[in-house]
Amino acid sequence: MLLIECPWCGFREESEFRCGGEAHIVRPLDSESLSDAEWADYLFMRTNPKGRHRERWVHEHGCRRWFNVERDTVTHEILAVYRMGEHPPAEPATGGRRR
Amino acid sequence: MRYSILSLARNALTRHEHWPAAWRSPEPKQSYDVIIVGGGGHGLATAYYLAARHGVRNVAVLEKGWLGGGNTGRNTTIIRSNYLWDESAHLYEHSLKLYEGLSRELNFNIMLSQRGVLNLAHNLHDMRELARRVSANRLNGIDSEVLTPARIKAMVPILNTSPKVRYPVLGASLQRRGGVARHDAVAWGFARGADARGVDIIQNCEVTGIRQRDGVVEGVETSRGYIQARKVGVVVAGHASVLAAMAGFRLPIDSHPLQALVSEPIKPIHHSVVMSNAVHVYVSQSDKGELVIGAGIDGYNSYAQHGSFPVIEDQMGALVELFPIFSRLKMLRHWAGIVDTCPDASPIISKTPVKHLYFNCGWGTGGFKATPGSGWVFAHTIAHDAPHALNAAFTLDRFTSGALVDEHGAAAVAH
Amino acid sequence: MTRADFRLSVGGRIDRDRLVGFSFDGERYSGFAGDTLASALLANGVRLVGRSFKYHRPRGVVTDGVEEPNALVQLGAGAIGEPNARATQVEIHDGLTAASQNRWPNVRFDVGAVNGHLSALLPAGFYYKTFMWPGKWWMKYEYFIRRAAGLGRAPTGPDPEIYDKSWAHCDVLVVGAGPTGLTAAHAAGRTGARVLVVDERPEPGGHLLGTRRTINDAPAGEWVSAMVSELADMDEVRILSRATALGYYDHNSLTVLERRTDHLPYGERGGRVRQRLWKVRAKQVVLATGAHERPLVFRNNDRPGVMLASAAQSYVNRYAVRPGTAAVVFTNNDSAYDPALDLADAGLRVTVVDVRTELSDLRRAQLRRRGIELLAGHAIISVRGAKAVTGVSVASLTAAATGYTGTSRRIRCDLVCMSGGWNPAIHLFSQSGGRLAFDEARGVFVPGEVRQAQFSVGGCNGTGVLAFALSEGREAGKSAAAACGFRMRGGTALPRVDVVEEVPIRLFWTVPPRHPDRRLDKHFVDFQNDVTAADIALAAREGYRSVEHLKRYTTTGMGTDQGKTSNVNALAILSETLGADIAATGTTTFRPPYTPVTFGALAGRDVGELSDPVRTTPMHRWHVQQGATFEDVGQWKRPWYYPRDGESMREAVDRECLAARNAVGILDASTLGKIDVQGPDAAEFLDRIYTNGWKRLEVGRCRYGLMCTEDGMVFDDGVTLRLGDHHYLVHTTSGNAARVLGWMEEWLQTEWPELRVYCTSVTEQTATASISGPFARRLLAALTTDIDLDRDAFPFMHWRDGHVAGLPARVARVSFTGESSFEVSVPAGYGLSLWTALMHAGQRYGITPYGTEAMHVLRAERGFIIAGQDTDGTVTPIDLGMEWIVSRRKDFIGRRSLDRADTVRDDRKQLVGLLTERSEDVLPEGGQIVERVTALPMRMIGHVTSSYYSANLGHSIALALVRGGRSRHGEQVMVPLERSVMSARITEPGFFDPEGARAHD
Repeated sequence: MLLIECPWCGFREESEFRCGGEAHIVRPLDSESLSDAEWADYLFMRTNPKGRHRERWVHEHGCRRWFNVERDTVTHEILAVYRMGEHPPAEPATGGRRR
Repeated sequence: MRYSILSLARNALTRHEHWPAAWRSPEPKQSYDVIIVGGGGHGLATAYYLAARHGVRNVAVLEKGWLGGGNTGRNTTIIRSNYLWDESAHLYEHSLKLYEGLSRELNFNIMLSQRGVLNLAHNLHDMRELARRVSANRLNGIDSEVLTPARIKAMVPILNTSPKVRYPVLGASLQRRGGVARHDAVAWGFARGADARGVDIIQNCEVTGIRQRDGVVEGVETSRGYIQARKVGVVVAGHASVLAAMAGFRLPIDSHPLQALVSEPIKPIHHSVVMSNAVHVYVSQSDKGELVIGAGIDGYNSYAQHGSFPVIEDQMGALVELFPIFSRLKMLRHWAGIVDTCPDASPIISKTPVKHLYFNCGWGTGGFKATPGSGWVFAHTIAHDAPHALNAAFTLDRFTSGALVDEHGAAAVAH
Repeated sequence: MTRADFRLSVGGRIDRDRLVGFSFDGERYSGFAGDTLASALLANGVRLVGRSFKYHRPRGVVTDGVEEPNALVQLGAGAIGEPNARATQVEIHDGLTAASQNRWPNVRFDVGAVNGHLSALLPAGFYYKTFMWPGKWWMKYEYFIRRAAGLGRAPTGPDPEIYDKSWAHCDVLVVGAGPTGLTAAHAAGRTGARVLVVDERPEPGGHLLGTRRTINDAPAGEWVSAMVSELADMDEVRILSRATALGYYDHNSLTVLERRTDHLPYGERGGRVRQRLWKVRAKQVVLATGAHERPLVFRNNDRPGVMLASAAQSYVNRYAVRPGTAAVVFTNNDSAYDPALDLADAGLRVTVVDVRTELSDLRRAQLRRRGIELLAGHAIISVRGAKAVTGVSVASLTAAATGYTGTSRRIRCDLVCMSGGWNPAIHLFSQSGGRLAFDEARGVFVPGEVRQAQFSVGGCNGTGVLAFALSEGREAGKSAAAACGFRMRGGTALPRVDVVEEVPIRLFWTVPPRHPDRRLDKHFVDFQNDVTAADIALAAREGYRSVEHLKRYTTTGMGTDQGKTSNVNALAILSETLGADIAATGTTTFRPPYTPVTFGALAGRDVGELSDPVRTTPMHRWHVQQGATFEDVGQWKRPWYYPRDGESMREAVDRECLAARNAVGILDASTLGKIDVQGPDAAEFLDRIYTNGWKRLEVGRCRYGLMCTEDGMVFDDGVTLRLGDHHYLVHTTSGNAARVLGWMEEWLQTEWPELRVYCTSVTEQTATASISGPFARRLLAALTTDIDLDRDAFPFMHWRDGHVAGLPARVARVSFTGESSFEVSVPAGYGLSLWTALMHAGQRYGITPYGTEAMHVLRAERGFIIAGQDTDGTVTPIDLGMEWIVSRRKDFIGRRSLDRADTVRDDRKQLVGLLTERSEDVLPEGGQIVERVTALPMRMIGHVTSSYYSANLGHSIALALVRGGRSRHGEQVMVPLERSVMSARITEPGFFDPEGARAHD
């Protein structure tokens, strides 16, 4: 049972949330120019790391807001919580497009 | 030494002191024709069939822990082949047929018990899907039938078939040839069989890197040193993405905990296997008397081999609702395995972007039932550097072309 | 037969004023309040309480607590039966009925004991080696194996008792209210921190209350009482007794099972919660879970009358029961000496057999004073007696302890007390992710690296000396509180306790056999599952050398006791066999729960009516009154059809369908999902979500839309109304409303945060009645004055606001039936009024309520799809023949996926209609379609997605997905059934009014 800090509501039980999978996968704007393989990479391929993982969660039974969580997939330790559009704390800003 | 009641009696006379090891524990050689990474049921079956059917005997199975320690030893041991799409149905049916002869083929009793698998339907939508699957199964030559609530009640008298419950049981599909087997025995039987045919089974040997040159695999780095290989087959449920990253590519896989539990042992009360997709629970009773119960997967990526408690709570609510007399029984243990899930709930048994490197992964919640079939087709894929007809649809390419084999309905577990 | 009385005349923590009557195996007995079933049976001289799992060997009580492997009993009967209860934890109450298990016909004479005589043939894992002949006979063997296995019996009916759950949030959770836990709780509680103490026994005090230890020069019980009363005075401290911490999960969350009524007579339990599952979230956790004494492994160490030394001591002191008359205490460490003294002082004749030769003068003197014979450097070779201990054979060990010197000697006794040292109860620590360390000298696993906010103190930390344990407890309590921001005001002195110097333990994993070539096949390691030292050696020899393989091959540690007494012994014997260090051999994972927990408690209130919410519409009561049959659609109850007296479903549906086309039908459409979408970028947003365009839809109009997942597969559909420049009302399918809203929010918040759009679920805010048929307009006209219903003024796919039956209403001219239809929506509270007004006014037009089944038939007659029925997540809009709704001028979710190699194939499965050869034949939904009937396996080209008898058309109709179906119109196909085959012709999907003229009417 994780204890997750919603950036708007504070610490809440895991059962109030739903995990939305890997974060920072940007939807291609010019999908027409992508090959099938490139599109498949966006659509299906996942990093699925053992260790630090950046993922999206939604406070479904609460404020219904999406946010990002950096979590260790081995220890389940939550390393950071940050809002949509914010950069993960540990990573230097790249100026790239994020969500 | 061949196992039989006679050899048991003979060994009883010598106080069982002369049983040989079921498999050797050799030191790794410098090089092999084929290295199988992963000593679970699928990996061991692959090695067995490589040696037994393709004459490839210079094979090593590298296991980072102990044989069968991953999902092979953590699943709820259900075996069935009643999948919806032709591609899956043929693969799982081949596997079921192999299971039916496996104890004798391996001379190791894997305790296949074909006590029948029921998939319950709780609403009209379930019923339509069920009819569709049963119809497809029958035309594919797979035994399958639709049961009315009355016939379900006759088969499973302790099931609550009252029309007054929140989600009444409207019907079920039944595959009589479905059932359960002893999961550890499947791994051990294949290990013993592979070992007898010359395969080196090396436990406590973790692969830490995959060496390649010009896009061709050369060998693997391990915790016990570098080992050369002409071909490498990776079958590491719960770690496929980690191994793929070592080889420099990504997979369409997310790893999640899948939890299961057993009750304390009780005298026989539940004969068949009952699964309900709608309320997320499946239950059988082991020979030891424990109820073996599984649920849907946890919602987040994890490699921790433990899940979240609310999943257990949900599952038990559903179980007690279906089987009210279970309420006073007790959960003895609960645990989780890490399952690699694909977007279409179907596996990947495939060549990869690296030549002579093959992956067999993405079995999600349903790998155990496929163990012999998976080994069979993966051995063929490795031996011939081309998929067998039975796994031709399960390549990595399907994610590019879009030709998915969507088995979410038949997976019987909410993904 | 006179009953032996083994009750001491004084002492114990029992209430001698409250006599309690109970029965065991049909015999009536009495005990005192405060007794466990085990202590009461021992007091009555009952030693044989059960049979083991595999060999059905007679077994007695081994422990006095949670770790009991043998004394498992069946409690109660019928629906309140409970198998596998540990007699050592069951508190007796008036009317308690208990029975032994796993025996037939009775515990004294058990036919299953034949397994014991065949044990030479049944070593560990024997079943993997046989039962393979003849080929399919395993299930025949299995039938008998299954009957012999299992332990107790399941209840025979639904559980009449209730369970619930509660959350607890605290600063400090202390697990275990033994002396260490109480000290920790006190230290933390004094600071003002919120402290929760949970303890599995009926009263705090732990193991201490089973001893004659003194604290502050008084009996320890007095100190315990004082501590408990001080804790009770602290406002933020709460002690839960009969509460077992079961599991230690992520982020310092734990589960605790509180048994609230199991100790009460059945008559006093009525209506009260039987068990409560606490879900605790603690800032800090102090584990003070104590330790379990370890059995020694010697021949016939499983006979009834062999028990742990600490257990015997506890029976004497806590329950005032003599567990025998003559005892041999067998030990390898000092902890068995106090029990030996206590037994002697209780009047038992005692002999101490210690494998060590170096012993302390103090201990020797204590024994001498009581005339207890001490056999140092000796071991018990074997226990004599079958259904009860009658004596032991002992002999002097060689220096290396691998054999014996001299002759053996027999000692008559009826009790053997064993102590092989103590295993810290590290289960919860291990579950929390902590790493274990092995202490070579003491042969114990102790907590190593800690992974959560937690302390392990006292026995579970490997600290056996009480004084040190108390000190650890105090420090941990202080530190835990401090970590939560609570500081101690001033210090506290620790109580005075005696410290006795101890001679170190001599680790001694298996007592050698009398003759070197004898097998260790009666040296039990796991009592419950009948695993012997010989089995462990065999497993190692056969290559099952990992601890997990050992466990799985021999089943050691897999019983209901979860190996609490056996795991370390098994591991040590395995290590010895392999010649490896115990630390290197490793330990198994401790899986939750710590003790088995009822399914009922885990399910809590989520059963019966509360298993899942029921959603009903404002008109639901009316449907019920009309005798509607309901269908579950998600959580909704929807009228499926309205049978009149004696009508079959088919007759009712036919009648409803005919009415909707020939007069007027009325459908409760309130369950349709409704999402209010507003904001300056609402049109842009819908453009991205739907396959078709929304910017040019005029205010006042409606449009049908289709949405796909990103891989191009149809996800949902429905009609959207443009209410204003920046305002849309989206309709979804009934079952998908929440999912679609979640889907929209996900895209908005995560991908397009720049869009100014707000989505709100309004499904529950309105009630909708859909009237359909040639008289629909006339009916509505009778109820509205401010909406111009003229065809030109209010054309198809437009909406208008106004009043209907005097209620504020929105009327939309949309049609799922293909008839001239009006969907009337009113605020939900007016739903029933609207409905009854329409019914009333509609009587003269023959208004007929129709359910979901008729709705499905009517829409299928027109060839309209139902997302989720005619699609299954593998169907694109193109496959449905709906290119017309797929915009090529804009991007939308799933657009790129429609251009992939597989999605552009011509031979994809495509939506078609099917007309059966015989008009009365109704194809089964889900039926698979073939071109021709062949031997199995047949080549399938598709399946029937929807199929009905159409009363309006006078023949059956079906929709299907067929490979390359759109170029196959006119072809004959087959649908093989169980015993016959139906033949059908492929057509356009749409059988009625193909131009759609009627809806425009």
